[in-house]
Amino acid sequence: MALLEVIGLRTEIRLKRSVVHALDGINLSVDAGETLGIVGESGCGKTMTAMSIMQLLPNGGTVVGGQIRLDGRDLLSLSPEEMDSVRGNDIGMIFQDPTTSLNPTMTIGRQISESVRIHRGASKKEAHERAVEALSLVGMPSPKQRALVYPHELSGGMRQRAMIAMALANEPKLLIADEPTTALDVTIQKQILELIDNLKQQLGMAVILVTHDLGVIAGRADKIAVMYAGKVVETTSTRALFANPRHPYTEALFASLPERSAESGERLYSIPGLPPDLTKPPAGCRFAARCRYATDECRTSEPPLAGTVEEHRFACFLPVGEPVYRTEAAPVAATAVATERVRVSRDSTLTEPLLRIEGLVKDYPVTAGLVLRRNVGSVSAVADVSLTVHQGETVGLVGESGCGKTTVGKLIVGLEKPTGGSLLFQDRDLAQAPRAERRHLRRDVQLMFQDSYAAMNPRMMVRSVMREPLDIHRVDSPAERDRRIREIFDLVGLPLSALDRYPHEFSGGQRQRVGLARALALRPKLIVADEPVSALDVSIQSQVLNLMRDLQGELGLSYLFISHDLSVIRYLSDRIGVMYLGKLVEIGPAESVYANPVHHYTRGLLDTIPVADPAVEAAKSSQGIAGELPSAIDPPSGCRFRTRCPAAQEICARVEPKLAPYGPDNHLAACHLPLRPAAAAAQEVAPALV
Amino acid sequence: MTLAPETTAEPPAAAPGTELAEPPRSMLRRGWEVFSENKLALVAVGVLVLIIGFCFLGPLFYHSDTSVVDLSAVTKPPGAGHPLGTDNDGIDELGKMMVGGQTSLEIGLAAGSIAAIAGALYGAVSGFVGGWIDALMMRVIDSLMSFPLIFLLIYLSSVYGKSKGMLILEVGLTSWFGITRLVRGEALAIKVRDYVDASRMMGAGGTRIIFKHILPNTIGTTIVNTTFSIADAVFALSTLSYIGLGLQAPNNDLGGMLDVGTNYAGQGYWWMIYPPAVVIILIILSFNVIGDALRDAFESRLQKR
Repeated sequence: MALLEVIGLRTEIRLKRSVVHALDGINLSVDAGETLGIVGESGCGKTMTAMSIMQLLPNGGTVVGGQIRLDGRDLLSLSPEEMDSVRGNDIGMIFQDPTTSLNPTMTIGRQISESVRIHRGASKKEAHERAVEALSLVGMPSPKQRALVYPHELSGGMRQRAMIAMALANEPKLLIADEPTTALDVTIQKQILELIDNLKQQLGMAVILVTHDLGVIAGRADKIAVMYAGKVVETTSTRALFANPRHPYTEALFASLPERSAESGERLYSIPGLPPDLTKPPAGCRFAARCRYATDECRTSEPPLAGTVEEHRFACFLPVGEPVYRTEAAPVAATAVATERVRVSRDSTLTEPLLRIEGLVKDYPVTAGLVLRRNVGSVSAVADVSLTVHQGETVGLVGESGCGKTTVGKLIVGLEKPTGGSLLFQDRDLAQAPRAERRHLRRDVQLMFQDSYAAMNPRMMVRSVMREPLDIHRVDSPAERDRRIREIFDLVGLPLSALDRYPHEFSGGQRQRVGLARALALRPKLIVADEPVSALDVSIQSQVLNLMRDLQGELGLSYLFISHDLSVIRYLSDRIGVMYLGKLVEIGPAESVYANPVHHYTRGLLDTIPVADPAVEAAKSSQGIAGELPSAIDPPSGCRFRTRCPAAQEICARVEPKLAPYGPDNHLAACHLPLRPAAAAAQEVAPALV
Repeated sequence: MTLAPETTAEPPAAAPGTELAEPPRSMLRRGWEVFSENKLALVAVGVLVLIIGFCFLGPLFYHSDTSVVDLSAVTKPPGAGHPLGTDNDGIDELGKMMVGGQTSLEIGLAAGSIAAIAGALYGAVSGFVGGWIDALMMRVIDSLMSFPLIFLLIYLSSVYGKSKGMLILEVGLTSWFGITRLVRGEALAIKVRDYVDASRMMGAGGTRIIFKHILPNTIGTTIVNTTFSIADAVFALSTLSYIGLGLQAPNNDLGGMLDVGTNYAGQGYWWMIYPPAVVIILIILSFNVIGDALRDAFESRLQKR
């Protein structure tokens, strides 16, 4: 018998006027030592499933049916007091954001020992010893000292380790990890996921890993349940799911992933429409309204979770894929398409340079004292970055948070003033030009925000939001401005009725369209897109990426695309620049950087980022990047990456490496000990091509 | 994994507008929906409407002269001809309450509005500009707030006069400090929002940002606190009148009536105390309850409902 068995679980959330049928007949099972991945888009009920098991539902939420059996004991029949002894003892849980899940007024050690004292009745001393033990188990360096610090004194990754230690202090049989790494950087994400994996084996726990990230799930889960609109639509082993998805929703999710089309450069598949409103769920298959195969039968009757083989179950009348249990991808079809490279990497470096950044520096002063603000140091956010964006080109900037990529974007659009260096837009300096000219130049450079909702005044109708840039610059007559807005809305595929709505009435994808429309209102030449899709679900993300691509072709736009997500960057960019702690460490044609990285950091980043392919994930042997991002207040001497670099030597600490060419295609990197030899002829690179 | 050829076709384009099936509802309408869920607030609105009607329309139906002293009918208990009795000057209490209520409401509303406008502008500018200017502007507020309010009012009214217009100014200009602090706090939070950055990036100046982005987004706080400051102004005026520094006879307000009434508390002339006291309490309570409900309405109307 499985350790945890969920049978026909139904959860409802009572709102003021309606009832959300959040979960409708969920069946799951997890064995000891096994990882079950629950994957789905936001709002599909994956977190609700975890919370139902823990019985930590939000206000108004109740489990109305089904069974949750842990070791044969039905958790739903327990009294609240009995459930208290299960929670934190038999089941441990890790939350998404370690910052808000830890009590800032208690030391780490006390928070961990608290649960030990409650559940095991241990004395203060015993509990503290147990806490230190748990901290060392999760790889916290010098656990004895760390047990005495407060949460704010730890970095994000260390805090998540502390959370895990807290969840594990009582050696639970089941660990529920709800998006455990979403708030963390990729390099830290890898470390944490590895840790959970190791602990699972060490302690023989069962793990439920809840995530929206298909890459994370591919590498870590043994089996997967795909959820959609409060139901499990497909469940099987990880390999089988990725090799032979049977439900059209799973298939569509995979087809939306940018990495699947990165090589071919084809348009991404995007799932039309939105998930159904769960206050009145549709009668038939819940995916029918968005499914490309749906028939009348799908819309009227509900398919059961069944399948031709026991190991692979799915809820669909018209399954895709092959009716066999297969764990390897179909070999014939795969090679036939994969070898044919449709993508033509445009060599845009031959066209006119639009934006030329030279030696850009941004330091933020660190001040002390309340009245007399003494300068006690500075944060080196951007240090000597040179970069060119050509006409019609997309340059991607990638790096961990805190690497300075967003600051570069802000400097370009004029939200921050550079400390040094120059920003030449069509040979005019964006930062130094006289006020009137600068105002005019700014029209040509627009920013697309990560969160378009936050970037729109919630009390303004979309019409006013759209008109604002035109009003500020007094473009044409008011009637002409309205005409231009209608034209742009047409271009980005939004209905004109949307103009009389408030921003909160839109879905995430539509908001991002409005955000893009506003950025286009002044007919800019360059759009700086700061993480434009990172807040969106994969299926919506692909719509926005497709749109950005189409508009580039139509309007001849250039993009500076800033993201932490290498697969998105790779899909959209002609060239990729990799930043680390304020420095540009490598830049070159997208495919060249991706396939033949020169810098150790790029290599590490590529190894770290989870890929939605279990075979690739299993083949990865590298440890990724060890350690954490050092402080930018006092960055390491020489090469800033040396503290985490596997190949670092003494020279790296003394001499700062300069960007040097590797290969004929303007592939540059700054490394003393590169992964491949420098270009044979050490040709000087003209600054214009940097 | 590859898709069968027929499946790689473009998905059916999402029908534009399908996500916006509901007809647009204005912000006010949405706000009203939330507001009207608060039954107590509806009662408060009703009470306030009754009091306003009583004060401003009442004299049309109930005739009495509140300026003529009638020494033959002093301190009469409620009875025929004087439903609420008479005061120590023989003036009809009911009629006096209508006129006094008018004055209290007028001064309260006017002073509350002055406080709202002054407070919101000062706070928005201070928060938006920031730096040492902000620090200076706030220290000014702090020093003004360090005086007891009643002390300021006593000083102002004895130096600058006790006419209706002056009292409005005096009460209004001493009751905006609270609003300004709240608005400044919100301005600090709003000015780092992305939409302010977006506007700044488009080249907007400070004035535009303050009036288009900061003030509209503090409107909830401002309106809610205006209702509180109206209540406070009515209260402050009552206090001033109670200690004899408010409106002078023959002008009158509810607080003044209470002042007179308490002089006769020992004689058991309850009709000179309870009626004006009850009306004052009702006005202040109503404005406070309405303020609370407005806060809910302003906060949740931005969320999807």
